[in-house]
Amino acid sequence: MKKLILSLVLANLLVACASEPVKDEAQEPAAAPVATEPAAAPAETAAAAPAPVATEAAAPVAEEVAMPTEGSVHFPFDVDAVQAEDRAIVQAHGKYLSENRGSKVRLEGNADERGSSEYNLALGQRRANNVKKLLVLSGARESQVTTVSYGEEKPRATGHDEASWAQNRRVDFVGK
Amino acid sequence: MITSAHATLEIEITGAGENQTPISVVRFGGEERIAGQTISSVVSNDLLRTGLFKLIDPAGKAPHEPGEVKYVEWAGVEALIIGSVRVLGDGRAEVKFRLLDAVRHTELIALAVTAKSDQVRAIGHRIADLVYEKLTGSAGVFSTRIAYVNREGKHYRLVVADSDGYGEQTLLSLNEPIMSPAWSPDGKQIAYVSFERGHATIYVQSLATQKRSVLADFSGSNSAPAWSPDGKQLALVLTRDGSSQLYLVRADGSDLRRITFSETIDTEPVFSPDGKTLLFTSDRGGKAQIYRVAVEGGYAERLTFEGGNNFSPRFSPDGKSFVYSQFNGGTFYIAVQDFESKQVQILTPGGWEKKPSFAPNGKLILFATESQGRGILATVSSDGRVKQKMVAQRGDIREPIWGPFLKQ
Repeated sequence: MKKLILSLVLANLLVACASEPVKDEAQEPAAAPVATEPAAAPAETAAAAPAPVATEAAAPVAEEVAMPTEGSVHFPFDVDAVQAEDRAIVQAHGKYLSENRGSKVRLEGNADERGSSEYNLALGQRRANNVKKLLVLSGARESQVTTVSYGEEKPRATGHDEASWAQNRRVDFVGK
Repeated sequence: MITSAHATLEIEITGAGENQTPISVVRFGGEERIAGQTISSVVSNDLLRTGLFKLIDPAGKAPHEPGEVKYVEWAGVEALIIGSVRVLGDGRAEVKFRLLDAVRHTELIALAVTAKSDQVRAIGHRIADLVYEKLTGSAGVFSTRIAYVNREGKHYRLVVADSDGYGEQTLLSLNEPIMSPAWSPDGKQIAYVSFERGHATIYVQSLATQKRSVLADFSGSNSAPAWSPDGKQLALVLTRDGSSQLYLVRADGSDLRRITFSETIDTEPVFSPDGKTLLFTSDRGGKAQIYRVAVEGGYAERLTFEGGNNFSPRFSPDGKSFVYSQFNGGTFYIAVQDFESKQVQILTPGGWEKKPSFAPNGKLILFATESQGRGILATVSSDGRVKQKMVAQRGDIREPIWGPFLKQ
């Protein structure tokens, strides 16, 4: 299953331009075997969602922290739809979640500073919501995916230029 | 109240109106015996910042009582402000002040107030308010307060200050973002958005007691609080049902009602002064524009058609116009639109100009902009003629909003 994710990501690398999130994804499988870090995660997931863990008894607990979900998808200015080149990444995550019901992901929506802070908070939420929809269409359960928007409040890059703005228009996947 | 006596904002007037009324403010007798800034300089600075007055140097003349004024010496001055301060031993001071018509040689205002010596600035602002009202016919806003967010790196503070930037009081200090402060109509509480719970949550905080409570903490974002004119309810924005939509809630958090059903972004609601309608920002037409809807919901009328995107509407106090931030060609401008004529006036040269709000007398508009890479406060007169900048000593200033008149 890890191989599947990796091959999807590699396929995506060939199709799309090698932007930041794709690189993050490519590196992630190498880090994935860090499944030997059982201390915090099982307790957290057990408290947060005991039901999926119970029904998915076959899946070893260690799988829950093995999810290769750290990464980002990016958006054009004032656009909240997942871009064609990012669909494969999102779908791979959705498939992973469908096969690992104990895993969860938080989607953090962000926007660049062009707009009011409130509009950008709304835009970041729509971006996260749209990624969530695609994850669910790809097999994830609603209960596995939470969303939050930081709007323009937590910029990754602080310049007033397209290079910075492009980095800030994104949804981050944060595995839980 | 935690107030600091020293200035934390440096004020720079970048333009002044024509046809300024020549006035002179004489140093008050005995005012140097009170520590801190002198009353007469507070009055002078307040009046100077309006751009409506030309301050004539008294040139050594120092009358403190009407009998000491030789009008022949004040040719070219239309109004004269004199006064005196007497320290009363118990930590209090008696301040007497007079506004004289130097053309007709008559007394326009005579006032004596007793106050604690540490309230010198407040007395100065009150005197400036009285002078401004007498000379212009409009209420002064020098005694009102403003709120804003100060950001230094990842450290955020919610700040309330006098309208001239002095007397900063930090209401909340966090290592998470703070957004969208909104004054209650009585000026006693501020609603705002904080990320301290990991997502946007609306709080209401008392200025007097600093006590605060959560108004809305649904899943998703809870944001953009705005008080109704009677203070009984707030409009707010929730994403608990998907995209950002407008809701109403009572001030105690009960009786939540959804009022827009657009499936697009609806945000930044603000009540009309009569409490009957809301302005808000929506991208339902493709791009962010300003719309108007009845408080109970229903058909929303699009109001802005010029510029690329328009954000952050706020009514003028008389309800006849609204101010907003227009994003056009990569630049933000502050614009005003008249409801009846639909005429749009761009008030500023353009820059990173966001979040405009009217002073409660409708004469000035406060907004956030940038200067030399830093977020600062700025004001522009509602006719666009007089502009000033207020530069903070540290950090970026964001999300400013002008508070209401306070009941005396």
